[in-house]
Amino acid sequence: MRLTVDGVAHEVDVEADMPLLWVLRDELKIKGVKYGCGIAQCGACTVHLDGAAVRSCQVWAEDAEGAEITTIQGLGQPEALHAVQAAWIEHQVAQCGYCQSGQIMQAAALLAEDPAPSDAVIDEVMSGNLCRCGTYPRIRAAIHSAAARLREA
Amino acid sequence: MGRLKTFTRRAFLVGSAAVAGGVAFGIYTVRKPHENPLADSLAPGEAALTPYLRLDARGVTLITPRADMGQGAYHVQAALLAEELDLDLAEVRTDPGPPGAAYWNTALAEEAAEFSVPSEGLMRTVAETAVGAVMKMMGMQITGGSTTVPDQFDKLRAAAASARETLKAAAAHQTGVAADKLRTENGQVLLPDGSALPYAALTPALAQVEVVQDVPPRDPSQWRQLGQPMQRIDILAKSTGTQVYGIDVEIDGMAHAAVKLNPAQGGEMRGFDASVAEKMRGVQAVLPVTGGVAVVADNTWRAFQAAQAIEVQWGPAEMPATMADHWQALADAFTEDARDSRQRDDGDVDTALEAAEVIEAEYRAPYLAHAPLEPISAVVRVRDGKAEVWTGTQVPRFVQKNVAAIAGIAAEDVTLHVQMMGGSFGHRLEDEVVRRAAEIAVQMPGVPIKLTYSREEDMTHDFPRQIAMARLRGTVDAGQVAAMDLSIASPSVMVSQMGRQGISVPGPDSQIVAGAWNAPFAIPHHRVTGYRAAPLAPISSWRSVGASHAGFFHNAALDELIHAAGADPLAERLRLCNDPLARHVLEAVGEMSSWEGVLGDGRGRGVALTTSFDVRCAEVVEVRATDDGIRLEKVWVAAEVGRVLDPVNFENLVQGGVIFALGHAIHSEITYRDGRAEQSNYDGYPAMRLYQTPKIAVRGLENGDRVRGIGEPPVPPAAPALASAIFAATGTRLREMPFAKFVDFV
Repeated sequence: MRLTVDGVAHEVDVEADMPLLWVLRDELKIKGVKYGCGIAQCGACTVHLDGAAVRSCQVWAEDAEGAEITTIQGLGQPEALHAVQAAWIEHQVAQCGYCQSGQIMQAAALLAEDPAPSDAVIDEVMSGNLCRCGTYPRIRAAIHSAAARLREA
Repeated sequence: MGRLKTFTRRAFLVGSAAVAGGVAFGIYTVRKPHENPLADSLAPGEAALTPYLRLDARGVTLITPRADMGQGAYHVQAALLAEELDLDLAEVRTDPGPPGAAYWNTALAEEAAEFSVPSEGLMRTVAETAVGAVMKMMGMQITGGSTTVPDQFDKLRAAAASARETLKAAAAHQTGVAADKLRTENGQVLLPDGSALPYAALTPALAQVEVVQDVPPRDPSQWRQLGQPMQRIDILAKSTGTQVYGIDVEIDGMAHAAVKLNPAQGGEMRGFDASVAEKMRGVQAVLPVTGGVAVVADNTWRAFQAAQAIEVQWGPAEMPATMADHWQALADAFTEDARDSRQRDDGDVDTALEAAEVIEAEYRAPYLAHAPLEPISAVVRVRDGKAEVWTGTQVPRFVQKNVAAIAGIAAEDVTLHVQMMGGSFGHRLEDEVVRRAAEIAVQMPGVPIKLTYSREEDMTHDFPRQIAMARLRGTVDAGQVAAMDLSIASPSVMVSQMGRQGISVPGPDSQIVAGAWNAPFAIPHHRVTGYRAAPLAPISSWRSVGASHAGFFHNAALDELIHAAGADPLAERLRLCNDPLARHVLEAVGEMSSWEGVLGDGRGRGVALTTSFDVRCAEVVEVRATDDGIRLEKVWVAAEVGRVLDPVNFENLVQGGVIFALGHAIHSEITYRDGRAEQSNYDGYPAMRLYQTPKIAVRGLENGDRVRGIGEPPVPPAAPALASAIFAATGTRLREMPFAKFVDFV
């Protein structure tokens, strides 16, 4: 099976129904994608499939074939940050940080569709992503800040 | 309080000198010095200044005995070092270091000792301080009790100040310039001629000079960075997916393991049939472990799938069959025989209760899972009489001891690499996952085994927050609270938790009444009694521990009495408050929220104050009753911490603590049926989501004379302030968590 992740094509030998999450983490060693619940309740495993935010624990490997898969590590890098990552740093969002890959991927997908989301839209779109540390006030602020950065860019 | 101060100061002196591991008893043994755990691990070319920092060719490394589970422990400790060392914070490396008895947690022992302020003579004193003594003798290197900052504040600054002056001495030795002509800046020693010697370059010279002792840390008025907003040292990695957590560890040749454990908590595994699982793709082995079966495979998901396919015969759990039985066990504990503590007994409660109309109420707090987002995991490799462990843990010494016992080797032959944790909330004070991984690893020598718990195994085998019940009897008189008799029953979390480490905890359990017995109110007749229920489900410390239930009970009970007196919840608390530091936090939230009593228009406000971990923390919650249910609108928090070291991280931790507490108070409980947890994932155990999150305004007060940690203290006041707000908005009095069982929320 051939998967394109962060712009790189990989040949993997996995079951058709292995969740993309585990292909990424255990086969391709892309550890920025996190396992939290396995049942689409927490959003820690969020990646982009052709630009859309999906829970990679719910996507079968075979259904990701042929798609552009983007992970947190492809969105931006420490030396070349995506606007959402820069905003996350500006607002010092993370505590434990474990959910933040998924939060950032969800937020980036949101801003790609809605460059100036209202609080109500942010509430609706981001409420599928759980943060047990409770960094939500900073997530809200960082999304507004990232939106402003993207509009200026 | 005078005797407390004497005791704690003496305890600290002991601690800073303190003990080798080993199981000796008695004050003289306790006073023996610990060995320096770094002495053996220094490579040639490295010189140890103190056990808290290392200087080598790469620069300054913080050796942190305290773990980071998201609270920023590495960051704040690095900032303490950087301040005294005149170093850019970003230059400080962190290394969890080897477990060491010298790292025993002084502040945690003080916390244990605080409860033992002698109230009834010498015999009680001896018995009650035993907890602190045990902690020292065991060399308990624990991260917990919001103690990282108070425990490390003096130690790290003293170590770093000593290091700075020793670096100057080394530079003086190397250059012939007198040390008092040298100064330090940006990680360098500056000479009078303007030339600079980087610290790293002074490493060889350090070995030639004596460590400069007893250097007083700088006065806060001289701080450059502490107290100012700064960038957390882990923020870049945590915003780019590059932070490595325990679950991400990769070791060459590693195999992936999963377990299927007895759903009946603590029950045995009596036999299994793995004939299907063994034939599944990638499965390398199916092995028995304590209480269950393990699968070793080439991929985590394959291991999870195969574990599900094993047929197992389970033994029963040792706990009551239904939740009604659990609650009944608490109700049955309100007896003289089960009386555990009465640290608060002001006035004459019995007489006061005879004289007037008595207000009575009962309160309940459920079992709660810790459920940090990173499921627990550990990598263990056993070979050639040695073991190596990679895991996120708050109890490195226990991990070392327990892996050694399972592998049949000495504790010093276990090397532990402590990993960054994706949350904990007390979860990683337990080490079951490491023990299971070690049990698998000894059956597959040489193979690094990474055991990852599925979310379901993690949640159903968590040792939850204690269940607790309280009964109030109180009176009011002439518009004031007159008498309050609060009885609290709970199993002992300390006995359950330490029991799993083979440690018996003497004396009363302060956690049964934590945050209640020390409530800073001069109610004329005021009594708080703890009752110890028999063990039920095995339980463990959950963020804020006893104060998470007792702080709710005391505030909720006081609220009922204030209402009965017809008084204002904030005004009456201020009138009763007999602790200046607590009064300041109450006044602060009153001012921040523009407290004005009754709001009307479906809005309601509640206030609560709890002192936990020596932090006075007050919160006001405002809600609105809507057609869709209760909406949380705003929270105001004030906490007295002596010093706010990093205002940004402080605000984040306080807001997070409030959200954590409100989310659980509204939504969450673990219930057991025949010993089986009935919630296994976030669908059955919901938490607060972004859409429910209120605005939260935070103020840190700095009136106290000691710096305090903020990880836990924001938790206890949130639930009672919310209950009080809902009462103000709707007239519905909530006495049991989770509140969503009784009222609807938006």
